Amino acid sequence: MKKSKPEELREVTLESGIKVKPVYGPEDIKDINFEKEIGQPGDFPFTRGIHPLMYCKRPWTMRQYSGFGTARETNKRFKWLLKQGQTALNVAFDLPTQLGLDSDDPFAEEEVGRVGMAIDTLKDLEEAFAGIPIDKISTSLTINPVASVMLAMYLVVAEKQGIPWENIRGTTQNDILKEYIGRGTWIFPIEPSIRLIGDVVEFCFKNVPKFNPFSVCGYHIRESGATPIQEMAYAFEIAAAYIQEVLKRGLGIDDFAGRIAFNFDIHGNLWEQVAKFRAGRRLWAKIIKERFGAKNPRSMVLRMIAGGGGGGLTIQQPENNIVRGAYYALISALSGTQTMALCSYDEAYTIPSKKAALISLRTMQILADEMGLKDTVDPLGGSYYIEWLTDKMEKKIVEYMDMVEEMGGMVEAVKSGTIQREVARQAYIRAKKIQSGEITKIGVNKYEMDEEKAEIEFHPFNPRVAEEQKRKIKEIKKQRNENDVKETLLGLKKAAQSSKNVMPYILKAVKCYATLGEITRVFKDVFGKFEEPIGL
Amino acid sequence: MDRYLSEKTIKVVIAKPGLDGHDTGAKVVAHALKDAGMEVIYTGLHRTIEEIVATALEEDADVIGLSIYSGAHLPLSKKLIEQLKERDIADKIVLVGGNIPQRDVKTLKKYGITEVFPIGAKLENIVEFIKDRLKRKNEKI
Repeated sequence: MKKSKPEELREVTLESGIKVKPVYGPEDIKDINFEKEIGQPGDFPFTRGIHPLMYCKRPWTMRQYSGFGTARETNKRFKWLLKQGQTALNVAFDLPTQLGLDSDDPFAEEEVGRVGMAIDTLKDLEEAFAGIPIDKISTSLTINPVASVMLAMYLVVAEKQGIPWENIRGTTQNDILKEYIGRGTWIFPIEPSIRLIGDVVEFCFKNVPKFNPFSVCGYHIRESGATPIQEMAYAFEIAAAYIQEVLKRGLGIDDFAGRIAFNFDIHGNLWEQVAKFRAGRRLWAKIIKERFGAKNPRSMVLRMIAGGGGGGLTIQQPENNIVRGAYYALISALSGTQTMALCSYDEAYTIPSKKAALISLRTMQILADEMGLKDTVDPLGGSYYIEWLTDKMEKKIVEYMDMVEEMGGMVEAVKSGTIQREVARQAYIRAKKIQSGEITKIGVNKYEMDEEKAEIEFHPFNPRVAEEQKRKIKEIKKQRNENDVKETLLGLKKAAQSSKNVMPYILKAVKCYATLGEITRVFKDVFGKFEEPIGL
Repeated sequence: MDRYLSEKTIKVVIAKPGLDGHDTGAKVVAHALKDAGMEVIYTGLHRTIEEIVATALEEDADVIGLSIYSGAHLPLSKKLIEQLKERDIADKIVLVGGNIPQRDVKTLKKYGITEVFPIGAKLENIVEFIKDRLKRKNEKI
């Protein structure tokens, strides 16, 4: 066989701009101090994992994103997923709910129950969790500008089930800065939005200690076009902005840093992703320790959900996405994630069908139980290439964080639209690379097939959901004590105008069945609306 | 009338109607059209159809591009076309992009949408389509 000459080799440059050699050896990692930079799993700087035994002790939590239509329908899907061995819930809300609009709001038209379940009042959330022992599972509430209201509803549901708040485990996504960058469910201006996040953190610290008050989403920033390096750098800068808000209130970093969660993306080059997470863990530990002065090592651990990567899936040859999902699951397991959620193969099109959701769940279960991922911690640790790349990625993330710092931090960078423009520019570059074939996507620019425009089965949208929700709102408004509602909303308004923590006031309003829209309107009156910096 | 023969800049309004916040596709297309020499006005998120029509009128746009990922493309497109007709500007080229299943393409065209570019559409095809359509439209005039 003819040997290829080195100059014939394809030059490999990762999305992060790092050039890769064909072979790595001891020489490449000789400057990395093992004890200091890599160390043991469960020990600072946690490069190899945040627990000493990781999956040897317990595999990752499996938490597929789920929710559609009415709370009752979603309740059925939740119960079914739990019966199939899912260990936690990840709740999808429809767009009106995510934007604090009631189902009878004219602007909610055509969107009620479409991409998640519709929640208007406490009654809906009660139905969503009826018969589900919420002290036995952890629940992730994927909602941002009005996360405080959804958390309040969830806590009242717990109360009604007789479960003390101390036993509630879960996460509110509650990451508004990434909403301005990608995903787009924002309502209020930046400062009051961050204040609401601070209120939730403070309240949880005092009352719901096992709850993660926010989950910083590099995920959506990456999905919106950012490189893996930017994904981490921007997520850390966002987290820093929230931390500063909470520190202002007199809490110590060790009071709450251990409850910070992250949500990251997986699609792309396997090695680059694994190195990204190992680098991210190490860097985050250093940031919390050195920049914020934490003393407790548990404050320094980067806990994350990973596994999804909608941007990597293709509409062409959709069954290929099942295979991609399995690789993404492998990447996140090799990266030491705490929780895994996969994008279902039909997710490029629609809300996951039951079949697709089950395949995702089984993918994770097969990986955990058949493939040896529970045998030993950080099996790629010590690889010349992975350790070299981890080191390179860490330095690059720092570079990009410094750029944000130079803009005055993430709040300023988002306010001016600089980050949004940069992410959109990266998205355009990536789109062009895919169209030119520079980034290979099987079925899209390589091994394309003349497909019979085969249609995946769509999750049916049920327009009756809106009618049902409207009817329920009417009924509740008839039954509830209007005076109580008025009074609690007035109390909430006063609290919002002051510097008081709004959580107790939201709880009061929720309990007398004030609607999500009514509560949000109070905030809109006090805080105003976010003006999107539009520019390309 | 000879706006396109004299190579006057093509004006495009790229709009995000409704509550859907997925704007990456809209921004990517906007960049591609700008690179192709067109003038692009991006509306930003959470726009009502009324606002979009007003922008198109104000800017005297040649093309309106709607980007929709939430699944609400049918009612939103229908509403847009109705309002364009009401304002007597139904001759504008209206494109729809985003998460659009193949089976809805026919319905959208029946409503009066000029063309549909679902996820995966080639950017150069969008550019070519706009140029070609405007040229033909102009020749007719």
